[in-house]
Amino acid sequence: MKLELKGITKRFGALVANDNVNLVVEPGQIHCLLGENGAGKSTLMNVLYGLYQADGGQILIDDKPVKFSGPGEAMAAGIGMVHQHFMLIPVFTVAENVVLGHEPTKALGFLDLAAARQKVREISDRFGFDVDPDAIVGDLPVGVQQRVEIIKALISDAQILVFDEPTAVLTPQETDELMAIMKQLRDSGRGIVFITHKLREVREAADHITVMRLGKVVGTAKPTDTAEELASLMVGRAVDLDVNKAAAKPGPVVLQISDLSVWDHSGNKAVDNVSLQIHAGEILVIAGVQGNGQTELTEAILGTQSKLHGSIRLAGEELVGKSVKHRFDAGLGFVPEDRTEDGLVADFTISENLMLNRSDREPFAKRGVLQLKFLKDFAVEKIKQFDVRSQGIESRAGQLSGGNQQKVVLARELSRNLSLLVASQPTRGLDVGSIEFVHEQIVATRDSGTPVLIVATELDEATQLGDRIAVMYRGRIVGIVPPDTDRAVLGKMMAGISA
Amino acid sequence: MIGKFLRGNLALSVLAVLVSFVVGGILIAVSNPGVQQAGSYFFSRPTDELNAIWNAVFGAYDALFRGSIFNYQASTPAGMIKPITETLAFATPITMAGLGMAVSFRSGLFNIGGTGQIVFGAMFAGWVGINVDLPWALHFPLAVLAGVLGGAFFGAIVGVLKATTGANEVIVTIMFNYIASLLLQYLLKTPILQAPHNINPISKPILDSAKYPPVFGDQFRLHAGIFAMLLAVWLVWWLLNRSTLGFQFRALGHNPSAAKVAGINIGLTYILVMAVAGGLAGLAGTSQILGTEGQLTTGVAASFGFDAITVALLGRNNPLGVLAAGILFGGLRAGAGTMQASQGVPIDIVLVVQSMIVLFIAAPPLVRWIFRIRAERKEVTA
Repeated sequence: MKLELKGITKRFGALVANDNVNLVVEPGQIHCLLGENGAGKSTLMNVLYGLYQADGGQILIDDKPVKFSGPGEAMAAGIGMVHQHFMLIPVFTVAENVVLGHEPTKALGFLDLAAARQKVREISDRFGFDVDPDAIVGDLPVGVQQRVEIIKALISDAQILVFDEPTAVLTPQETDELMAIMKQLRDSGRGIVFITHKLREVREAADHITVMRLGKVVGTAKPTDTAEELASLMVGRAVDLDVNKAAAKPGPVVLQISDLSVWDHSGNKAVDNVSLQIHAGEILVIAGVQGNGQTELTEAILGTQSKLHGSIRLAGEELVGKSVKHRFDAGLGFVPEDRTEDGLVADFTISENLMLNRSDREPFAKRGVLQLKFLKDFAVEKIKQFDVRSQGIESRAGQLSGGNQQKVVLARELSRNLSLLVASQPTRGLDVGSIEFVHEQIVATRDSGTPVLIVATELDEATQLGDRIAVMYRGRIVGIVPPDTDRAVLGKMMAGISA
Repeated sequence: MIGKFLRGNLALSVLAVLVSFVVGGILIAVSNPGVQQAGSYFFSRPTDELNAIWNAVFGAYDALFRGSIFNYQASTPAGMIKPITETLAFATPITMAGLGMAVSFRSGLFNIGGTGQIVFGAMFAGWVGINVDLPWALHFPLAVLAGVLGGAFFGAIVGVLKATTGANEVIVTIMFNYIASLLLQYLLKTPILQAPHNINPISKPILDSAKYPPVFGDQFRLHAGIFAMLLAVWLVWWLLNRSTLGFQFRALGHNPSAAKVAGINIGLTYILVMAVAGGLAGLAGTSQILGTEGQLTTGVAASFGFDAITVALLGRNNPLGVLAAGILFGGLRAGAGTMQASQGVPIDIVLVVQSMIVLFIAAPPLVRWIFRIRAERKEVTA
């Protein structure tokens, strides 16, 4: 089945999310849709899937124009979508999830689960998915859950499969396995659309590459092109993908975490007896797949996790039992992993966000009275220094792009004397330009002699940024290795196998 | 420019009020006997029907105007300006309590406990106003302070419950309204508050040394509480926009999770928010007991506790907006009586208008749809 998108235009008010986009997906081909966040890739696929109606252009399947008013019609026409956030019900079994919405029934409307199981087993065997139809989905690893999503698409006989940022939640091994699966599906004659912004994956899997920027198709590329070439096409200018940094000059130990265990909100042990040391002037990266205790570890350092056991010493002072405020006063800088949820107040202005955790301290306030004159000058200076692109300091933080939001958070955290910087996934969801900027700032912070703790879920970031890498798996530190460690070894460590 | 104004919050509030008055007018017309009568021969003489509608609606709103702003039919100058003073007298407690609700709404707490907090303020102020003997310069401030602290105390309990147990403030404040009202009823039957040798649940009169002085003399109900109210408007504006505490209140209201990560003590802030909100409602209680009523009865809070919620919403939780909305509601209350007395329009029409305002405020898309206003668009900067 051949899919063609012809001149698709989609507007949201004044914003043109897709501007006359053309795309042809041939059967038996992995077509990579490459672009930064906000380039319009997901919008395009939502138009294809019937979630949005295009303002212009048409969709052709095997050269016949079609119109989808909803995902149901798109599925019926043979288009399947594997969403970034899985659409699965965790308490149901694999078979139950797969048939949800079009359940096979026996006489009198009884559910025919045997048939569902049989179908799951068939598909699983045919593509080597190794999925048990009776397993409860919530108990499965993320990579396997994704295969359940794929089975869901295949069971309704999808000929075109769209993968929306499928590797964001996977370990390196799981990513490799997914690539293999995509290639297998391609070889079975299906067309694959692979949406991503990760250059390594593109070059490994794609047969054909279309690059989007700011709603337009800006060109096509070959998988043999270098990562730098692809990145320049994606960003629209020459980019340097490496982090430029000199060798670290580690000083004395500043942060000393000893025998730390943390229990999460539902009472599970999320951090399991972790001990770590961070020296002045070095970047320690905690690498690992998301959800292996990194969040709880950073929250314990910040002080918003109270169910814990062990010791966290910053410059000799015990932090456990101290308030969050006290830790900020002691020089902790904190960049949370979810900036819109934890890092910023979306309805506050840029200036207000710049004093969010300092609003009761001089010079932002004197005896409980906000010093708005000072704040204004401070904000004007900071948006210049950190290159925050906005309509001005009175712009609401929620109206900024992700990169500019992160710059506001960094401007706030880096504008005081720090004794430790903790940053969780500081480049998550950012465009290449902002990533460069954030990395520069982090390295500059290190070079000024501040110890830095980074949580990274992507291997590239871990190896480029880190002076040492501690790999975390199921709440434990699997090992601490230098950044030039072989990727395969790191990947294994992220799956819990110590080097 | 005009488009921007129309998309703003102020315009939505104004339009919501406007639509409510139109709906009120329709109801007045429909329920008017003259209109009904003329309607029976509409097709032979349609002008009769239109005249009748005009008379009914104009008459009613004219009466509302005469009852709430300026009575041009009165024979004395005092009688002419009496309506506006009545409006302001009603507006005083409504605005005070409305400010309290606005503070809690801005901080993300849906405080329904205005009634209970007003009652507590009135009880505390009343007890001090009756049982303490001091010169005015000491007695009056002491009584007001007692009222504010009474309301603050009752509000703060809700904050403590929320901070320590995670109790939902909506449910707690609703229940606390019953507790306060029933406690007042009970105390008005015990020697603690009940006037001696009296079988009715009513207290002794407040001593003159504890009263808000009248503004234009004894023939008007308007008292110096209005200055306290204006001061409160300014104080709340200052608190929310110029102080660290208010900044933390607003941060909590907009994004509790970011507030927590920013080191703001969430539990303590909940308690402070509810204390400030309760204190303002308590101030409304003092306006009632030390100003207009002069004596504690079970009906001291009237419907002000709930009016306060509407006024806060209509004023978009902005102190000046609350003031404007409070005056509007004061006017509706003051004018409703005249409307009924002179035009036979049921007093409930005013309640309907008030309720419609709540409806339209709660559903801005409805107002936008009626007036074909486009929603404010988010600017996107890359």
